[in-house]
Amino acid sequence: MSSPSSTMTVEAPPIAQPRSPAAPELPRLLAGIPPHGAMTLDEHLTTHGWPPLARSQGRRRDRERAASLIDEIEHSGLLGHGGAAFPTATKMRAVAGSRGRAIVVANAAEGEPASLKDRTLLEALPHLVLDGAVLAAQAVGADEAIVCVCESAGASIESIERAIEERRRARDYAAVDRSTRLHLASVPSHYVAGQESALVNHLNGGPAKPTFTPPMPYEQGVRRRPTLINNAETLAHIALIARHGAPWFRQLGTPIQPGSALVTLSGPVAHPGVYEIEHGASLTSLIEAGGGTTARPRAALLGGYAGAWIGGERLQGVALSNEHLAPHGASLGAGVVLLLSENACPVAETVHVARWLSGQSARQCGPCVHGLDALAAAVEQIAGGGIAPAMAAQRIDRLASLLRRRGACSHPDGAVNLILSALEVFQAEFADHARHGPCDACARPAELPLPVRPVIADAPGKPVARP
Amino acid sequence: MSHRVRVNPITCEAHGMCAELLPERITLDEWGYPMLDDAPLQGSQVEHAIRAARACPTFALLVERERERSRR
Repeated sequence: MSSPSSTMTVEAPPIAQPRSPAAPELPRLLAGIPPHGAMTLDEHLTTHGWPPLARSQGRRRDRERAASLIDEIEHSGLLGHGGAAFPTATKMRAVAGSRGRAIVVANAAEGEPASLKDRTLLEALPHLVLDGAVLAAQAVGADEAIVCVCESAGASIESIERAIEERRRARDYAAVDRSTRLHLASVPSHYVAGQESALVNHLNGGPAKPTFTPPMPYEQGVRRRPTLINNAETLAHIALIARHGAPWFRQLGTPIQPGSALVTLSGPVAHPGVYEIEHGASLTSLIEAGGGTTARPRAALLGGYAGAWIGGERLQGVALSNEHLAPHGASLGAGVVLLLSENACPVAETVHVARWLSGQSARQCGPCVHGLDALAAAVEQIAGGGIAPAMAAQRIDRLASLLRRRGACSHPDGAVNLILSALEVFQAEFADHARHGPCDACARPAELPLPVRPVIADAPGKPVARP
Repeated sequence: MSHRVRVNPITCEAHGMCAELLPERITLDEWGYPMLDDAPLQGSQVEHAIRAARACPTFALLVERERERSRR
Protein backbone atom coordinates (compact mmCIF):
# COMPACT_ATOMS: atom_id res chain seq x y z
CA MET A 1 0.00 0.00 0.00
CA SER A 2 1.40 3.41 -0.92
CA SER A 3 1.73 6.06 1.73
CA PRO A 4 -1.40 8.10 2.34
CA SER A 5 0.14 11.42 1.38
CA SER A 6 1.36 10.22 -2.01
CA THR A 7 -2.06 8.85 -2.91
CA MET A 8 -3.73 12.23 -2.47
CA THR A 9 -3.79 13.42 -6.03
CA VAL A 10 -7.48 14.22 -6.38
CA GLU A 11 -8.31 17.92 -6.57
CA ALA A 12 -10.95 19.37 -4.32
CA PRO A 13 -14.23 19.69 -6.20
CA PRO A 14 -15.60 22.98 -7.58
CA ILE A 15 -18.08 24.74 -5.33
CA ALA A 16 -21.18 23.87 -7.32
CA GLN A 17 -20.61 20.17 -7.22
CA PRO A 18 -22.89 18.31 -9.62
CA ARG A 19 -24.52 15.16 -8.31
CA SER A 20 -22.47 12.28 -9.58
CA PRO A 21 -24.60 10.10 -11.85
CA ALA A 22 -24.14 7.03 -9.69
CA ALA A 23 -25.72 3.85 -10.92
CA PRO A 24 -28.76 2.83 -8.89
CA GLU A 25 -27.83 -0.83 -8.79
CA LEU A 26 -25.68 -2.91 -6.46
CA PRO A 27 -23.08 -2.85 -5.16
CA ARG A 28 -23.39 0.48 -3.43
CA LEU A 29 -21.56 0.29 -0.11
CA LEU A 30 -19.39 -2.57 -1.28
CA ALA A 31 -18.53 -0.96 -4.64
CA GLY A 32 -14.85 -1.39 -5.41
CA ILE A 33 -14.14 -3.27 -2.18
CA PRO A 34 -10.51 -4.44 -2.26
CA PRO A 35 -9.90 -8.18 -1.89
CA HIS A 36 -7.41 -7.48 0.91
CA GLY A 37 -6.79 -4.61 3.26
CA ALA A 38 -8.58 -1.28 3.22
CA MET A 39 -9.65 1.00 0.40
CA THR A 40 -7.34 4.01 0.49
CA LEU A 41 -8.67 7.56 0.58
CA ASP A 42 -7.61 8.00 -3.02
CA GLU A 43 -9.46 4.87 -4.15
CA HIS A 44 -12.43 5.91 -2.05
CA LEU A 45 -12.64 9.26 -3.87
CA THR A 46 -12.24 7.60 -7.26
CA THR A 47 -15.04 5.17 -6.42
CA HIS A 48 -17.52 7.53 -4.77
CA GLY A 49 -16.43 11.07 -5.61
CA TRP A 50 -16.06 13.90 -3.13
CA PRO A 51 -18.63 14.34 -0.40
CA PRO A 52 -20.60 17.59 -0.32
CA LEU A 53 -19.47 20.26 2.16
CA ALA A 54 -15.91 19.77 0.95
CA ARG A 55 -15.42 23.49 0.39
CA SER A 56 -16.64 26.07 2.82
CA GLN A 57 -19.11 28.58 1.42
CA GLY A 58 -19.10 30.68 4.55
CA ARG A 59 -20.34 29.76 7.96
CA ARG A 60 -24.03 30.51 7.52
CA ARG A 61 -24.36 28.83 4.15
CA ASP A 62 -22.42 25.80 5.45
CA ARG A 63 -24.85 25.47 8.33
CA GLU A 64 -27.83 25.58 5.97
CA ARG A 65 -26.29 22.97 3.71
CA ALA A 66 -25.54 20.75 6.69
CA ALA A 67 -29.08 21.06 7.99
CA SER A 68 -30.51 20.24 4.57
CA LEU A 69 -28.74 16.87 4.78
CA ILE A 70 -31.22 15.87 7.50
CA ASP A 71 -34.08 16.67 5.06
CA GLU A 72 -32.38 14.59 2.40
CA ILE A 73 -32.00 11.67 4.79
CA GLU A 74 -35.64 12.02 5.80
CA HIS A 75 -36.70 11.87 2.12
CA SER A 76 -34.43 8.87 1.58
CA GLY A 77 -36.36 6.95 4.25
CA LEU A 78 -33.13 5.57 5.69
CA LEU A 79 -33.70 3.34 8.72
CA GLY A 80 -30.98 2.44 11.23
CA HIS A 81 -28.97 -0.71 10.48
CA GLY A 82 -28.02 -1.52 14.07
CA GLY A 83 -31.09 -3.70 14.61
CA ALA A 84 -34.00 -1.47 15.62
CA ALA A 85 -34.60 0.05 12.15
CA PHE A 86 -35.43 3.44 13.69
CA PRO A 87 -35.77 6.36 11.21
CA THR A 88 -32.33 7.96 11.08
CA ALA A 89 -33.57 11.49 10.31
CA THR A 90 -35.83 11.47 13.38
CA LYS A 91 -32.87 10.65 15.57
CA MET A 92 -30.74 13.32 13.92
CA ARG A 93 -33.44 15.98 14.39
CA ALA A 94 -33.76 15.11 18.07
CA VAL A 95 -30.01 15.59 18.55
CA ALA A 96 -29.89 18.75 16.44
CA GLY A 97 -32.80 20.15 18.49
CA SER A 98 -31.25 19.43 21.89
CA ARG A 99 -29.40 22.12 23.78
CA GLY A 100 -25.61 22.08 23.76
CA ARG A 101 -22.83 21.10 21.36
CA ALA A 102 -23.62 17.65 19.98
CA ILE A 103 -21.35 14.66 19.61
CA VAL A 104 -21.55 11.75 17.15
CA VAL A 105 -20.85 8.11 17.97
CA ALA A 106 -20.33 5.59 15.19
CA ASN A 107 -21.43 2.29 16.67
CA ALA A 108 -19.40 -0.64 15.40
CA ALA A 109 -19.38 -2.59 18.66
CA GLU A 110 -21.10 -5.45 16.81
CA GLY A 111 -21.68 -7.77 19.76
CA GLU A 112 -23.87 -10.04 17.67
CA PRO A 113 -21.82 -13.24 17.21
CA ALA A 114 -23.29 -14.00 13.79
CA SER A 115 -22.72 -10.50 12.38
CA LEU A 116 -19.58 -9.41 10.56
CA LYS A 117 -20.86 -6.48 8.54
CA ASP A 118 -19.58 -3.65 10.73
CA ARG A 119 -16.08 -5.03 11.05
CA THR A 120 -16.07 -5.67 7.30
CA LEU A 121 -16.97 -2.02 6.67
CA LEU A 122 -14.30 -0.79 9.06
CA GLU A 123 -11.61 -3.13 7.79
CA ALA A 124 -12.24 -2.67 4.08
CA LEU A 125 -14.12 0.62 3.67
CA PRO A 126 -13.19 2.85 6.61
CA HIS A 127 -13.58 6.13 4.70
CA LEU A 128 -17.22 5.42 3.91
CA VAL A 129 -17.97 5.17 7.63
CA LEU A 130 -15.78 8.18 8.49
CA ASP A 131 -17.40 10.30 5.74
CA GLY A 132 -20.79 9.39 7.17
CA ALA A 133 -19.68 10.28 10.69
CA VAL A 134 -18.33 13.64 9.57
CA LEU A 135 -21.42 14.46 7.48
CA ALA A 136 -23.73 13.46 10.35
CA ALA A 137 -21.66 15.59 12.72
CA GLN A 138 -21.98 18.60 10.42
CA ALA A 139 -25.72 17.99 10.06
CA VAL A 140 -26.43 17.92 13.80
CA GLY A 141 -23.87 20.57 14.74
CA ALA A 142 -21.32 18.28 16.38
CA ASP A 143 -17.60 18.99 16.51
CA GLU A 144 -16.50 15.50 17.39
CA ALA A 145 -17.16 11.96 16.18
CA ILE A 146 -16.09 8.84 18.06
CA VAL A 147 -15.86 5.51 16.26
CA CYS A 148 -16.59 2.71 18.73
CA VAL A 149 -15.04 -0.59 17.73
CA CYS A 150 -15.14 -3.94 19.47
CA GLU A 151 -11.82 -4.45 21.27
CA SER A 152 -11.48 -7.95 19.81
CA ALA A 153 -11.63 -6.62 16.23
CA GLY A 154 -7.94 -5.77 15.92
CA ALA A 155 -7.96 -5.37 12.16
CA SER A 156 -10.88 -2.90 12.34
CA ILE A 157 -9.10 -0.83 14.96
CA GLU A 158 -5.91 -0.67 12.89
CA SER A 159 -7.83 0.18 9.75
CA ILE A 160 -9.72 3.06 11.36
CA GLU A 161 -6.58 4.44 13.01
CA ARG A 162 -4.79 4.36 9.66
CA ALA A 163 -7.73 5.95 7.85
CA ILE A 164 -8.04 8.81 10.35
CA GLU A 165 -4.31 9.46 9.96
CA GLU A 166 -4.64 9.30 6.17
CA ARG A 167 -7.36 11.95 6.21
CA ARG A 168 -5.32 14.23 8.46
CA ARG A 169 -2.33 14.05 6.17
CA ALA A 170 -4.29 14.66 2.98
CA ARG A 171 -4.51 18.44 2.94
CA ASP A 172 -7.48 18.64 0.58
CA TYR A 173 -9.40 16.17 2.63
CA ALA A 174 -8.63 17.77 5.95
CA ALA A 175 -10.96 20.50 4.70
CA VAL A 176 -13.83 18.00 4.53
CA ASP A 177 -13.30 17.05 8.15
CA ARG A 178 -12.35 20.56 9.16
CA SER A 179 -14.85 21.09 11.94
CA THR A 180 -15.04 17.51 13.18
CA ARG A 181 -12.47 15.81 15.37
CA LEU A 182 -12.39 12.11 14.59
CA HIS A 183 -11.21 9.52 17.05
CA LEU A 184 -11.51 5.92 18.02
CA ALA A 185 -12.64 4.13 21.17
CA SER A 186 -12.50 0.40 21.76
CA VAL A 187 -15.46 -1.26 23.41
CA PRO A 188 -15.64 -4.57 25.35
CA SER A 189 -16.87 -7.45 23.25
CA HIS A 190 -19.84 -8.59 25.31
CA TYR A 191 -23.32 -8.76 23.81
CA VAL A 192 -24.95 -5.69 25.38
CA ALA A 193 -21.91 -3.37 25.13
CA GLY A 194 -23.21 -1.95 21.86
CA GLN A 195 -26.53 -0.94 23.38
CA GLU A 196 -26.77 2.86 23.20
CA SER A 197 -26.79 3.69 26.90
CA ALA A 198 -24.01 1.14 27.51
CA LEU A 199 -21.83 2.85 24.92
CA VAL A 200 -22.50 6.24 26.47
CA ASN A 201 -21.73 4.88 29.94
CA HIS A 202 -18.49 3.36 28.65
CA LEU A 203 -17.42 6.56 26.88
CA ASN A 204 -18.12 8.48 30.07
CA GLY A 205 -15.70 6.27 31.96
CA GLY A 206 -18.19 3.80 33.41
CA PRO A 207 -18.71 0.12 32.63
CA ALA A 208 -20.07 -0.77 29.17
CA LYS A 209 -23.43 -1.69 30.66
CA PRO A 210 -26.87 -0.27 29.92
CA THR A 211 -28.16 2.49 32.18
CA PHE A 212 -31.64 3.46 33.28
CA THR A 213 -33.17 6.01 30.91
CA PRO A 214 -34.17 8.86 30.64
CA PRO A 215 -32.13 10.86 29.99
CA MET A 216 -31.91 9.48 26.48
CA PRO A 217 -28.54 9.85 24.72
CA TYR A 218 -29.99 12.42 22.31
CA GLU A 219 -30.67 14.77 25.23
CA GLN A 220 -27.76 13.90 27.48
CA GLY A 221 -25.16 11.41 26.38
CA VAL A 222 -21.38 11.49 26.13
CA ARG A 223 -20.02 14.17 28.48
CA ARG A 224 -23.65 15.15 29.06
CA ARG A 225 -23.82 16.44 25.49
CA PRO A 226 -26.60 15.60 23.01
CA THR A 227 -25.29 12.42 21.38
CA LEU A 228 -26.16 10.95 18.01
CA ILE A 229 -25.43 7.23 18.01
CA ASN A 230 -25.64 5.59 14.62
CA ASN A 231 -24.60 2.15 13.51
CA ALA A 232 -21.49 2.15 11.27
CA GLU A 233 -23.46 0.90 8.27
CA THR A 234 -26.11 3.59 8.76
CA LEU A 235 -23.35 6.20 8.55
CA ALA A 236 -21.96 4.57 5.41
CA HIS A 237 -25.40 4.95 3.80
CA ILE A 238 -25.46 8.60 4.89
CA ALA A 239 -22.12 9.10 3.08
CA LEU A 240 -23.75 7.94 -0.16
CA ILE A 241 -27.11 9.68 0.32
CA ALA A 242 -25.23 12.98 0.84
CA ARG A 243 -23.47 12.42 -2.48
CA HIS A 244 -26.24 11.05 -4.67
CA GLY A 245 -29.48 12.19 -3.02
CA ALA A 246 -32.66 10.62 -1.70
CA PRO A 247 -34.26 9.70 -5.08
CA TRP A 248 -31.13 7.71 -5.98
CA PHE A 249 -31.28 5.91 -2.63
CA ARG A 250 -34.94 4.98 -3.13
CA GLN A 251 -34.29 3.37 -6.50
CA LEU A 252 -33.55 0.21 -4.58
CA GLY A 253 -35.47 -1.43 -1.77
CA THR A 254 -39.10 -1.26 -0.74
CA PRO A 255 -41.18 1.89 -0.15
CA ILE A 256 -41.09 1.25 3.62
CA GLN A 257 -37.46 0.13 3.77
CA PRO A 258 -35.64 1.78 0.87
CA GLY A 259 -32.07 1.18 -0.18
CA SER A 260 -29.67 -1.67 0.33
CA ALA A 261 -28.36 -3.54 3.35
CA LEU A 262 -25.34 -5.54 4.34
CA VAL A 263 -26.20 -9.01 5.53
CA THR A 264 -23.98 -11.64 7.09
CA LEU A 265 -24.86 -15.00 5.62
CA SER A 266 -23.64 -18.06 7.50
CA GLY A 267 -24.39 -21.72 7.99
CA PRO A 268 -24.32 -24.48 5.38
CA VAL A 269 -23.60 -22.31 2.33
CA ALA A 270 -20.60 -22.52 0.00
CA HIS A 271 -19.42 -18.94 0.65
CA PRO A 272 -20.56 -17.58 3.99
CA GLY A 273 -19.79 -13.89 4.38
CA VAL A 274 -21.06 -10.35 4.07
CA TYR A 275 -23.28 -9.51 1.08
CA GLU A 276 -25.02 -6.34 0.01
CA ILE A 277 -28.65 -6.92 -0.88
CA GLU A 278 -31.55 -4.77 -1.94
CA HIS A 279 -34.20 -4.64 0.79
CA GLY A 280 -36.94 -7.00 -0.33
CA ALA A 281 -34.58 -9.36 -2.20
CA SER A 282 -35.49 -13.00 -1.86
CA LEU A 283 -33.65 -15.20 0.60
CA THR A 284 -33.19 -17.64 -2.26
CA SER A 285 -31.21 -15.06 -4.26
CA LEU A 286 -28.96 -14.40 -1.27
CA ILE A 287 -28.30 -18.12 -0.82
CA GLU A 288 -27.55 -18.39 -4.55
CA ALA A 289 -25.11 -15.50 -4.22
CA GLY A 290 -23.49 -17.41 -1.39
CA GLY A 291 -22.82 -20.29 -3.75
CA GLY A 292 -25.86 -22.34 -2.75
CA THR A 293 -26.39 -24.59 0.25
CA THR A 294 -24.04 -27.40 1.20
CA ALA A 295 -26.67 -29.17 3.32
CA ARG A 296 -30.44 -28.91 3.35
CA PRO A 297 -31.38 -26.03 5.67
CA ARG A 298 -33.75 -27.01 8.45
CA ALA A 299 -34.49 -23.37 9.28
CA ALA A 300 -33.08 -19.85 9.07
CA LEU A 301 -32.38 -17.48 11.93
CA LEU A 302 -33.15 -13.89 10.93
CA GLY A 303 -31.81 -10.91 12.84
CA GLY A 304 -29.37 -12.69 15.16
CA TYR A 305 -29.72 -13.89 18.73
CA ALA A 306 -32.51 -11.45 19.50
CA GLY A 307 -34.21 -12.50 16.27
CA ALA A 308 -36.52 -15.27 15.13
CA TRP A 309 -36.46 -18.58 13.30
CA ILE A 310 -38.26 -19.35 10.06
CA GLY A 311 -38.87 -23.01 9.33
CA GLY A 312 -37.23 -24.69 6.32
CA GLU A 313 -40.55 -25.33 4.58
CA ARG A 314 -41.26 -21.59 4.44
CA LEU A 315 -37.83 -20.36 3.31
CA GLN A 316 -38.72 -20.46 -0.37
CA GLY A 317 -41.01 -17.43 -0.19
CA VAL A 318 -39.04 -15.28 2.26
CA ALA A 319 -38.13 -11.74 1.18
CA LEU A 320 -35.50 -9.80 3.11
CA SER A 321 -37.21 -6.64 4.32
CA ASN A 322 -38.87 -5.97 7.63
CA GLU A 323 -42.38 -5.68 6.17
CA HIS A 324 -41.97 -9.03 4.42
CA LEU A 325 -40.47 -10.66 7.50
CA ALA A 326 -43.04 -9.28 9.98
CA PRO A 327 -45.68 -11.97 9.18
CA HIS A 328 -43.01 -14.54 10.12
CA GLY A 329 -42.47 -12.71 13.42
CA ALA A 330 -38.96 -11.84 12.25
CA SER A 331 -36.96 -8.80 11.16
CA LEU A 332 -33.60 -8.24 9.51
CA GLY A 333 -32.17 -6.84 12.74
CA ALA A 334 -28.52 -6.08 12.13
CA GLY A 335 -28.61 -8.11 8.90
CA VAL A 336 -28.01 -11.61 10.20
CA VAL A 337 -29.13 -14.55 8.06
CA LEU A 338 -28.02 -17.81 9.59
CA LEU A 339 -29.00 -21.16 8.13
CA LEU A 340 -29.21 -24.21 10.39
CA SER A 341 -28.41 -27.46 8.66
CA GLU A 342 -30.59 -30.52 8.78
CA ASN A 343 -27.79 -32.36 10.58
CA ALA A 344 -28.01 -30.11 13.64
CA CYS A 345 -30.41 -30.67 16.53
CA PRO A 346 -32.38 -27.43 16.94
CA VAL A 347 -33.18 -28.30 20.56
CA ALA A 348 -29.52 -28.71 21.49
CA GLU A 349 -28.71 -25.52 19.58
CA THR A 350 -31.41 -23.63 21.49
CA VAL A 351 -30.02 -24.92 24.81
CA HIS A 352 -26.63 -23.66 23.74
CA VAL A 353 -27.85 -20.19 22.75
CA ALA A 354 -30.16 -19.85 25.76
CA ARG A 355 -27.25 -20.54 28.13
CA TRP A 356 -25.03 -18.13 26.20
CA LEU A 357 -27.67 -15.37 26.29
CA SER A 358 -28.08 -15.89 30.03
CA GLY A 359 -24.33 -15.50 30.40
CA GLN A 360 -24.43 -12.27 28.38
CA SER A 361 -26.72 -10.53 30.87
CA ALA A 362 -25.03 -7.43 32.26
CA ARG A 363 -26.22 -8.82 35.63
CA GLN A 364 -27.70 -5.52 36.68
CA CYS A 365 -31.44 -6.18 36.63
CA GLY A 366 -32.85 -8.94 38.86
CA PRO A 367 -35.48 -10.25 36.43
CA CYS A 368 -32.82 -10.59 33.69
CA VAL A 369 -30.26 -12.30 35.97
CA HIS A 370 -32.76 -14.78 37.43
CA GLY A 371 -35.15 -15.03 34.49
CA LEU A 372 -32.65 -15.80 31.74
CA ASP A 373 -31.01 -18.42 33.94
CA ALA A 374 -34.41 -19.98 34.66
CA LEU A 375 -35.31 -19.82 30.97
CA ALA A 376 -32.10 -21.62 30.00
CA ALA A 377 -32.76 -24.21 32.72
CA ALA A 378 -36.30 -24.76 31.41
CA VAL A 379 -35.00 -25.32 27.89
CA GLU A 380 -32.34 -27.71 29.25
CA GLN A 381 -35.03 -29.60 31.09
CA ILE A 382 -36.98 -30.19 27.88
CA ALA A 383 -33.82 -31.23 26.05
CA GLY A 384 -33.05 -33.76 28.79
CA GLY A 385 -36.47 -35.37 28.52
CA GLY A 386 -38.94 -36.72 31.06
CA ILE A 387 -41.25 -33.71 31.18
CA ALA A 388 -44.71 -33.26 29.72
CA PRO A 389 -44.40 -30.85 26.76
CA ALA A 390 -47.47 -28.89 27.90
CA MET A 391 -45.98 -28.33 31.34
CA ALA A 392 -42.65 -27.22 29.93
CA ALA A 393 -44.40 -24.81 27.57
CA GLN A 394 -46.41 -23.39 30.46
CA ARG A 395 -43.25 -22.76 32.47
CA ILE A 396 -41.56 -21.03 29.54
CA ASP A 397 -44.62 -18.84 28.86
CA ARG A 398 -44.64 -17.84 32.51
CA LEU A 399 -40.93 -16.95 32.40
CA ALA A 400 -41.46 -14.99 29.19
CA SER A 401 -44.07 -12.84 30.92
CA LEU A 402 -41.67 -12.28 33.85
CA LEU A 403 -38.88 -11.18 31.50
CA ARG A 404 -40.56 -8.95 28.94
CA ARG A 405 -39.95 -5.22 29.45
CA ARG A 406 -38.39 -5.85 32.85
CA GLY A 407 -34.81 -4.92 32.11
CA ALA A 408 -33.08 -1.57 31.66
CA CYS A 409 -32.31 -2.69 28.11
CA SER A 410 -34.08 -5.06 25.75
CA HIS A 411 -31.70 -8.00 26.17
CA PRO A 412 -34.24 -10.11 28.10
CA ASP A 413 -36.92 -9.31 25.49
CA GLY A 414 -34.62 -10.38 22.67
CA ALA A 415 -33.75 -13.64 24.39
CA VAL A 416 -37.43 -14.39 25.04
CA ASN A 417 -38.28 -13.74 21.38
CA LEU A 418 -35.62 -16.14 20.18
CA ILE A 419 -36.56 -18.96 22.56
CA LEU A 420 -40.31 -18.64 21.93
CA SER A 421 -39.67 -18.63 18.20
CA ALA A 422 -37.50 -21.76 18.52
CA LEU A 423 -40.25 -23.51 20.51
CA GLU A 424 -42.78 -22.67 17.80
CA VAL A 425 -40.71 -23.46 14.71
CA PHE A 426 -39.17 -26.61 16.21
CA GLN A 427 -42.31 -27.67 18.06
CA ALA A 428 -42.13 -31.30 16.94
CA GLU A 429 -38.46 -31.61 17.88
CA PHE A 430 -39.03 -30.07 21.32
CA ALA A 431 -42.01 -32.36 21.97
CA ASP A 432 -39.93 -35.34 20.91
CA HIS A 433 -37.08 -34.41 23.26
CA ALA A 434 -39.46 -33.75 26.15
CA ARG A 435 -40.86 -37.27 25.77
CA HIS A 436 -37.82 -39.28 24.79
CA GLY A 437 -34.78 -37.28 25.86
CA PRO A 438 -31.71 -36.41 23.81
CA CYS A 439 -31.54 -37.42 20.14
CA ASP A 440 -28.50 -38.68 18.23
CA ALA A 441 -27.76 -35.22 16.82
CA CYS A 442 -27.64 -33.70 20.34
CA ALA A 443 -24.13 -35.07 20.78
CA ARG A 444 -22.80 -33.34 17.65
CA PRO A 445 -20.78 -30.14 18.06
CA ALA A 446 -23.05 -27.09 18.07
CA GLU A 447 -23.51 -25.14 14.84
CA LEU A 448 -24.37 -21.96 16.78
CA PRO A 449 -22.75 -19.58 17.56
CA LEU A 450 -21.05 -20.01 14.28
CA PRO A 451 -17.46 -18.94 13.94
CA VAL A 452 -18.21 -17.29 10.62
CA ARG A 453 -15.34 -17.51 8.19
CA PRO A 454 -14.25 -14.00 7.22
CA VAL A 455 -15.31 -14.03 3.62
CA ILE A 456 -16.87 -10.99 2.03
CA ALA A 457 -18.41 -10.39 -1.33
CA ASP A 458 -18.84 -7.19 -3.29
CA ALA A 459 -22.28 -8.11 -4.55
CA PRO A 460 -24.53 -11.12 -4.71
CA GLY A 461 -22.98 -13.43 -7.24
CA LYS A 462 -19.46 -12.12 -6.89
CA PRO A 463 -17.97 -13.50 -3.72
CA VAL A 464 -14.50 -12.27 -2.90
CA ALA A 465 -12.56 -14.26 -0.36
CA ARG A 466 -10.61 -12.28 2.19
CA PRO A 467 -8.03 -14.12 4.26
CA MET B 1 -52.12 15.56 35.79
CA SER B 2 -51.84 11.80 36.15
CA HIS B 3 -49.14 9.90 38.00
CA ARG B 4 -47.65 6.47 37.29
CA VAL B 5 -45.18 4.24 39.06
CA ARG B 6 -42.01 3.03 37.46
CA VAL B 7 -39.10 0.98 38.78
CA ASN B 8 -35.42 1.35 38.07
CA PRO B 9 -34.55 -2.32 37.53
CA ILE B 10 -30.82 -1.65 37.98
CA THR B 11 -31.04 -0.17 41.47
CA CYS B 12 -33.88 -2.45 42.63
CA GLU B 13 -32.61 -5.10 45.06
CA ALA B 14 -35.89 -6.89 45.70
CA HIS B 15 -36.46 -5.62 49.24
CA GLY B 16 -40.18 -5.79 48.51
CA MET B 17 -41.26 -2.75 50.55
CA CYS B 18 -43.14 -1.35 47.57
CA ALA B 19 -45.41 -4.38 47.32
CA GLU B 20 -46.23 -4.02 51.03
CA LEU B 21 -47.07 -0.35 50.75
CA LEU B 22 -48.75 -0.31 47.32
CA PRO B 23 -50.25 -3.80 46.98
CA GLU B 24 -53.03 -2.44 44.76
CA ARG B 25 -50.43 -1.75 42.03
CA ILE B 26 -47.39 -3.88 42.82
CA THR B 27 -46.92 -7.63 43.13
CA LEU B 28 -43.65 -9.50 43.45
CA ASP B 29 -42.34 -12.05 40.97
CA GLU B 30 -40.90 -15.41 42.02
CA TRP B 31 -37.55 -13.82 42.81
CA GLY B 32 -39.00 -10.94 44.80
CA TYR B 33 -38.75 -8.21 42.17
CA PRO B 34 -41.73 -5.89 41.73
CA MET B 35 -44.14 -6.21 38.81
CA LEU B 36 -45.93 -2.93 38.24
CA ASP B 37 -49.30 -2.02 36.89
CA ASP B 38 -48.34 1.19 35.13
CA ALA B 39 -51.84 2.54 34.47
CA PRO B 40 -52.38 6.06 35.92
CA LEU B 41 -52.69 6.05 39.71
CA GLN B 42 -56.16 6.72 41.10
CA GLY B 43 -56.90 9.20 43.94
CA SER B 44 -55.27 8.15 47.21
CA GLN B 45 -53.00 5.72 45.38
CA VAL B 46 -50.75 8.67 44.56
CA GLU B 47 -50.10 9.22 48.27
CA HIS B 48 -49.49 5.50 48.82
CA ALA B 49 -47.13 5.39 45.86
CA ILE B 50 -45.12 8.34 47.15
CA ARG B 51 -44.91 6.68 50.58
CA ALA B 52 -43.73 3.43 48.94
CA ALA B 53 -41.13 5.30 46.88
CA ARG B 54 -39.77 6.96 50.04
CA ALA B 55 -39.64 3.62 51.84
CA CYS B 56 -37.59 1.90 49.14
CA PRO B 57 -34.08 1.36 50.59
CA THR B 58 -32.46 1.87 47.17
CA PHE B 59 -34.88 4.56 45.90
CA ALA B 60 -35.65 2.33 42.94
CA LEU B 61 -39.36 3.12 42.87
CA LEU B 62 -40.29 6.25 40.98
CA VAL B 63 -43.57 8.12 40.90
CA GLU B 64 -43.65 10.02 37.65
CA ARG B 65 -45.97 12.67 36.39
CA GLU B 66 -47.40 12.14 32.93
CA ARG B 67 -45.60 15.16 31.50
CA GLU B 68 -42.20 13.75 32.52
CA ARG B 69 -42.94 10.46 30.83
CA SER B 70 -44.01 11.99 27.56
CA ARG B 71 -40.54 13.42 27.17
CA ARG B 72 -39.08 9.97 26.73
